[in-house]
Amino acid sequence: MSEPEAIHLHQFDDPVQQHEASWLGMWVFLGTEVMFFGGMFLGYTFYRTAYPQGFASASNHLDIWLGTINTAVLICSSFTMALAVRAGQIGQNRLVKIFLCLTIVLGIVFLGIKFTEYYQKFEEHLVPGSDFRFEGAFVSSAEIFFSFYFAMTGIHALHMIIGIGLLATLIVKTARGRFSATYNTPIELVGLYWHFVDIVWIFLFPLLYLVGRHLE
Amino acid sequence: MSTSHVVSVKLYGAVFGILLLLTLSTTGIAFVDLGGDLNAVVAVAIAIVKGLFVILFFMHVRYSSRLTWLFVGAGFFWLMILFSLSMPDPLARGWLSPTGQ
Repeated sequence: MSEPEAIHLHQFDDPVQQHEASWLGMWVFLGTEVMFFGGMFLGYTFYRTAYPQGFASASNHLDIWLGTINTAVLICSSFTMALAVRAGQIGQNRLVKIFLCLTIVLGIVFLGIKFTEYYQKFEEHLVPGSDFRFEGAFVSSAEIFFSFYFAMTGIHALHMIIGIGLLATLIVKTARGRFSATYNTPIELVGLYWHFVDIVWIFLFPLLYLVGRHLE
Repeated sequence: MSTSHVVSVKLYGAVFGILLLLTLSTTGIAFVDLGGDLNAVVAVAIAIVKGLFVILFFMHVRYSSRLTWLFVGAGFFWLMILFSLSMPDPLARGWLSPTGQ
């Protein structure tokens, strides 16, 4: 039984090589993302080492349960993303669309919960700036903690919004019949991006929400 | 012709279950005082295990070529350099007192 030959660009020997090159290119991009987030994680680690008590006390002003729920929501979205990629690999385009839609819904739930948390922080005057108010002895270091909190979760949320845009594009392309069991690389690569954004959150969650809980 | 390894739904489900369990346990452990900085160490260790599960299975690195492993490793190797060259300074401050004081 002969299968139709997959289309590949002229600079590649065959579809296998083209596929491998796409994956490596995506991993190079994710490598730059590791470096991008790495700088912020280093900054956080440096200041937490300098002001452990202030960071612990400020961290306890975050809602640990909303943080836990959001982590679970994001893991669910990674699961549906993995299933969308799998459906693409075996050419089940209807399932691809369903799982991509589910992934978008879970992404929006995550952003909704994040928005609620931001809203609470504004209400409680915990946003760094002239209106920052903090009870206790660690006002300045708490302000540094919240600067990291908003910068890191904000840039993470921006990645989520970009990811949702990419997923929406994939749904349109799938509906137009652009993907099949022989060609579905874009779904796989957006999957890699989505899982990477999930990993960033997996590290943000303990560092921001859990560091001072046992001292309460 | 398929160029990617297709992972079974069962395996994805198992990884998903492990990730949810680890999330619940890291939140639970956070309330227990383990003493010193052990809470942070355990929390980050659980995060690393979770990250590895995502990278190896959801991101298919377990089934990828050695060249892919090299590219994935390069990013994290750089991260290790960043931390291991930067953190000794703030961590070691105050270990030695200035001579003659």
